[in-house]
Amino acid sequence: MRWFHVDRFEILEKNKYARAVKCATLGEDHLHDHFPGYPVVPSALNIESMAQTAGVLAGYTYDFKKNVILAKVEKAEFPQMVRPGDKMVIEAWMDEIKPEGCWTHAKITVDGKLAASASIIFVHLEDALPESFVFTENFMDLLRTSGVI
Amino acid sequence: MPSREEIVQKVTDVMVDTLAVEPEKVTMDAVLKKDLGAESIDFLDIPWKLEKAFNIKIPREELFPEGLASDPTFVKDGALTPEGLAALKSRLPFVDTSEFEEDPKVSAIPDLFTVGTIVRYIETKVGA
Repeated sequence: MRWFHVDRFEILEKNKYARAVKCATLGEDHLHDHFPGYPVVPSALNIESMAQTAGVLAGYTYDFKKNVILAKVEKAEFPQMVRPGDKMVIEAWMDEIKPEGCWTHAKITVDGKLAASASIIFVHLEDALPESFVFTENFMDLLRTSGVI
Repeated sequence: MPSREEIVQKVTDVMVDTLAVEPEKVTMDAVLKKDLGAESIDFLDIPWKLEKAFNIKIPREELFPEGLASDPTFVKDGALTPEGLAALKSRLPFVDTSEFEEDPKVSAIPDLFTVGTIVRYIETKVGA
């Protein structure tokens, strides 16, 4: 698991709220193809940023001991394009925690303007599976260097 | 206590919201999986949205039970045994099994879950 669609976590409140930042840059190869001459962060990667931020909230619920899997994205909207140089503020809220999974919603703002939003559901795999392949040591390093855990 | 019309409207709203279907497709006979395209995760999401819509609690597996068809005492040759059928009716008293009982194939179990099934379940929960 690679956590490249969040640069830094700023706030992580267990079972409640997470805030992270991600800066769009022309150093990312895919922006040269999407689109040539007019780089725009693909909406699918906006979803990935929101899912990673919300996924951390879901993972923290289980103290990162369970493999949390994105199960459903709904009501995804992208009212504004994200372009190189933009600093995305990604926020996620925990709506519900149930034995079968977590219900969350998230949004991305750039300079205070809404760029993307979605509701995201996560489920977790059962304990019988091998060690975590979602919250790897690389990921935990990101949280530690962010200073949120 | 909501009226039946209010229940039907809220259930319709939940189906439209969860399954991204046109309201016209949400008829009482519409099968969640076959007609409205519900997938496995939707069977977790629908109870949660119903809980919010009706301010009720839906215990896990009360609306969509799991494992019934994998119990060897309940299934033989791809069909529910009399014990399996009894268990199905006991666990899902709000489901209309009259047609299903004539040929209780396991593969037909998902077809029991229609919008009307959900409405009847909610009626039992809210006492309408």
